Amino acid sequence: MKKRMTALLFAPIFALLTTAAQGAGAELHLDKAPNKRTDNAALQHGAKIFVNYCLNCHSASYMRYNRLQDIGLSDAQIRENLMFTAEKVGEPMRIAMTRADATAWFGAAPPDLTIVARSRASEFGSGPDWLYTYLRSFYRDEARPTGWNNTVFENVGMPHALWELQGIQVKGADGKLSVEVPGKMTPEQYDEAVADLVAYLQYMGEPVSEFRKKLGLMVIVFLGILLVFAYALKREYWKDVH
Amino acid sequence: MAGSENKYKSDGTLIGGALEWVDARFPATSLWKEHLSEYYAPKNFNFWYFFGSLALLVLVLQIVTGIFLVMHFKPDASLNASGVPVAFASVEYIMRDVEWGWLIRYLHSTGASAFFVVVYLHMFRGLLYGSYRKPRELIWIFGLLIFLCLMGEAFFGYLLPWGQMSYWGAQVIVNLFSAIPLIGPDLSEWLRGDYVVGDATLNRFFSFHVIAMPLVLLGLVAAHIIALHEVGSNNPDGVEIKKHKDANGIPLDGIPFHPYYTMKDIVGVVVFLIVFSAIVFFMPEFGGYFLEFNNFIPADPLKTPPHIAPVWYFTPFYSVLRAVTSDFIPFLWLFIAAIGMICVRPSKLPLLVKLGYLGFVGAMFVLLGVPAVLAGWVGIKLTSIVFVGLEAKFWGVVAMGASVVIIGALPWLDHSPVKSIRYKGPIYKIVLALFVVAFFILGYLGVLAPTPMRTLVSQICTLIYFGFFLLMPWYSQIDKCKPEPERVTG
Repeated sequence: MKKRMTALLFAPIFALLTTAAQGAGAELHLDKAPNKRTDNAALQHGAKIFVNYCLNCHSASYMRYNRLQDIGLSDAQIRENLMFTAEKVGEPMRIAMTRADATAWFGAAPPDLTIVARSRASEFGSGPDWLYTYLRSFYRDEARPTGWNNTVFENVGMPHALWELQGIQVKGADGKLSVEVPGKMTPEQYDEAVADLVAYLQYMGEPVSEFRKKLGLMVIVFLGILLVFAYALKREYWKDVH
Repeated sequence: MAGSENKYKSDGTLIGGALEWVDARFPATSLWKEHLSEYYAPKNFNFWYFFGSLALLVLVLQIVTGIFLVMHFKPDASLNASGVPVAFASVEYIMRDVEWGWLIRYLHSTGASAFFVVVYLHMFRGLLYGSYRKPRELIWIFGLLIFLCLMGEAFFGYLLPWGQMSYWGAQVIVNLFSAIPLIGPDLSEWLRGDYVVGDATLNRFFSFHVIAMPLVLLGLVAAHIIALHEVGSNNPDGVEIKKHKDANGIPLDGIPFHPYYTMKDIVGVVVFLIVFSAIVFFMPEFGGYFLEFNNFIPADPLKTPPHIAPVWYFTPFYSVLRAVTSDFIPFLWLFIAAIGMICVRPSKLPLLVKLGYLGFVGAMFVLLGVPAVLAGWVGIKLTSIVFVGLEAKFWGVVAMGASVVIIGALPWLDHSPVKSIRYKGPIYKIVLALFVVAFFILGYLGVLAPTPMRTLVSQICTLIYFGFFLLMPWYSQIDKCKPEPERVTG
């Protein structure tokens, strides 16, 4: 009886809560980005795409070139293949364009991309998911000043920097995107390339993340062992407390 | 206190000699005995009693990691060569270029949330076992002041990374002060040191976060513990162990804090560290609750985020603030007045006072209730004119402040004959459960963008929240309590 009374008391609250939990905002469907965070070949390929296609307008100013040793590159490899504007391998990934110029040319300065994979996370998916979907969702839109629009980021300021690779997509009447003019890559190859780029952006967002997890495992194992001893010690001391 | 039995007598060793030398000049042994080896705590502490020592642990963790963060952090809102605010860039510098900086920073950011987790559980323990009751009122008050201080500390600290949420969260909260009549706008400008949150704000918040608040916090923690050790700890049975002492004046149900509870707390600390490490090493952002995703974007005064949510530990109170809309104010007032009726009736106040209160409430009903209902009926929104020209935001701020401060009134609201929930009747159990549910719902709604439905739910929960406190003088007296045992039940 008492239980039923309590249940009756709480039922309306839970009913209210479930109604309240229903969101008001629009749904955003994101494709799941393939997990390539530990695949060095993919990360190196992603780094190559990043410095060739992104690092002209976007900086990655918290990221130093020689940090790329993390993904299996030597200083010499970095210097020869990835550094176009910097002098020294310890420099951060800056760009030549000034913010004032960028604002004058594009209306807004392109954001720094070092931690974009972290900032783009939301209730709809992880940051890499967002980026993976976004970079595959550009379509031709003559109404936009750049000629490009995006289904994930409506009225985006950035033109489709990778259009050479993907080709030109158009948006059908059903809202679905299809490649109208093929690019250098097949759709499968393009998805693969974007996945590599996104993996690189994810790596760059937190280079330490894999080491962090490895260390964490050791810390927790250590604490687990310590717990056994701590508990045994407590038992020993508490033997005489009744 | 400084009796000769508390002075160490050297046993001829070097350390023994040193201790005797110190003891002749400083009450080291007597402090050790008073607070550890001869502080008698009830032997029946359970799970809920780990969180006091854990709060102390987290405090130390925050101070130590904070010291190292300050070595590398730069409270500077100006833009660097790449167009990023220096403060924001310095946090990323810590995350990438400072040796072990990422770990120190994650320990600190996770520690902030962990602090609130353990403090909330510590406070809930008080609600379970009546730890605030006489003679522990001052411990409770000091505790509430610690909580207030902690909120300040967390708020000031949250601005420092200078991300979008840091910036706009601070903007929203400082703007709340502008709702105060007459002095409000000037006050919030004075707090910011600028017309908007800016470099001046960042610098002063840094100062508050690193110097002012920690100093006050440490002082209050000391007062909290000194007051606790003066009256002794409560326990899950809510009975005083000092009532039954042996021939030496030692409580029969007491055991020395050291080594018994120090050893037990080590187990608690290790379990806590396992959970804490799991978060630090495997999910430091904790799904956007500990580190908000938007805060990985540098502060931009020209770009307001579509949805500004405070960090999770503030959201229950933030929900109370948002619940107070202009249509809700009359109901809030009527609710408070009606509660007063219930509580005044059985009290020992003179008849004239009771009648006066009755008249006052009646007048309130007529003045507020009738127009509110009529306005709802006719379909117009009540303007703030009814409430002496003060807008809903002001009453929201008042309600939010009250929702925190009212916790301090508990010792005087609880009239139950027993302290512990073990011997309290069904009413308290149900009311406490409702309170906890309402608190969680308020917290949950506080992170979401408001909708009319959510606002209604948060208004109901706000009434439950305040009802828990304000109705306590009434329901704690009519509840059917069981008799307390003489001794603790283990």
